[in-house]
Amino acid sequence: MGDYIVLIISCIFINNVILAQYLGACPFLGTTKKMETAVGMAFAVVFVLTMAGMITWVVNTFFLNKFGLQYLRTIAFILVIASLVQFVEMFLKKSIPALYAGLGIFLPLITTNCAVMGVCLININEEYGFIQALVSSIGYASGFGFALVLFAGVRERVVLARVPRPLQDTSIGLITAGILSLTFFAFKGMI
Amino acid sequence: MAKTLTQEFVKGLWEEIPPFRLVLGLCPTLAVTKSVENGIGMGIATTFVLVCANTLVSLLRNVIPAKVRIACFIVIIATFVTVVELLMQAFAYPLFLALGIFIPLIVVNCIVLGRSEAFAFKRSVVPSIADGLGIGIGFTLALGSLGAVRELLGSGTILGIDVTGASFEPFAFMLEAPGAFIGLGLMLCVMNFIGKK
Repeated sequence: MGDYIVLIISCIFINNVILAQYLGACPFLGTTKKMETAVGMAFAVVFVLTMAGMITWVVNTFFLNKFGLQYLRTIAFILVIASLVQFVEMFLKKSIPALYAGLGIFLPLITTNCAVMGVCLININEEYGFIQALVSSIGYASGFGFALVLFAGVRERVVLARVPRPLQDTSIGLITAGILSLTFFAFKGMI
Repeated sequence: MAKTLTQEFVKGLWEEIPPFRLVLGLCPTLAVTKSVENGIGMGIATTFVLVCANTLVSLLRNVIPAKVRIACFIVIIATFVTVVELLMQAFAYPLFLALGIFIPLIVVNCIVLGRSEAFAFKRSVVPSIADGLGIGIGFTLALGSLGAVRELLGSGTILGIDVTGASFEPFAFMLEAPGAFIGLGLMLCVMNFIGKK
C-alpha cells in the first residue's frame, strides 16, 4: 500500500506530466485562458487517461507481447486511444448528457494530447504491473489536472496585467509556465 | 492556388514557422532541445514523417471518406512513425535513446496532423510535398536554434564543443523543465519583436 502512495505522490508532484516531463503542453497553453475550460479539460483527461492506461496495458501484455508484435505498439496504442475517445464521446452523449455538454468539445482534442499516449508508454517502459499502471495513470492524470487548474488561476491574473507587446499571449504564458515549473522543482527532494 | 511551389516551401521557413508562428507541437520542442544535436535529430525525424504523411494523404485524398479522415490520417502517420522509430533504432541508436518516448509521440504531434488536415487533404501531391518539406525544415531550424540557446547557456557548449571557456559558470537551470518553458517564451518574444517591424 505504502508503495502506491509513494507512486501517486511522485506522479502528481515530482514527475508532473507537464511541468517536469513536458507532455501535454499544447492543451496546457490552449485551454487555460479561462478557469472553466481548464476544469473541463482536466476532468476529461482524468477520465480518458485512467481508462486508456488500463486498456493499453492489457493490449500490450496479452496481445502485443504474447505474439511478439512490440513494433506495432505505436499504431496499436494510438488506435486504442482514438477509438476509446470516440466511444466515450458516444456513451456520454447517450447516457449522461449533462457531463457530455461539459466535456464535449474537449474530448476529441484528447486524441492528440501527448500526455495520454505518453503516460501509456511510460507505464510500459517502466514495466509496471496492472495495479501500478492503473495507479500511475490516475496519478499522472490528476497531476495534469492539478497543473492545468493552477496555471489557469495564474493566467486569469496575468490577463489583467500590462504586458509588453512582444511578450503578449503565448510568450508570457510560457514564461509563467516556466516559473510554475520552477516551484514544482521544490518537490524534487521530497522522496 | 496563387502560390507557387517555392512559396509553399518558403512559408514554412518564416511566415508559418512552427512552433513560433503556428503554436503547435510544443511538447517535443520543450523536451528534446537540451542540445543542438537532439533538437536537429528530432526535427529530421519529424520532417520525414511530415513529408511521407503529406504525400500519402494527398495521394489518397479522393479515396478517404471525409467523415473518418482523422482516423485515416492517424493510421498513416502512425505507420511512418513506426518506420522512423525502427530506422533510428538501427542506425542512430544513441539518438534513439536520447529522444526516448518522444519518437513514438511524433504520432500525436499536432503539426503533422494539422498539415494533413489543413493542406494535404485539399491539395495535389507536389505542393503537399513542398509544404511538408518547408514546415519540416522550419521546425528543424526552430528546434536547432532553441537547442543552441539552451545548450550554450546550460552547459556552455555548442554541438559538444566548449565555446565559452573555463570562466563561464553554466546555468543548469536552462537544461531543466523551467528553462525550456522560459527559453521558448523568450524566443517567441524575440520573434514577435522582429516580426512587428
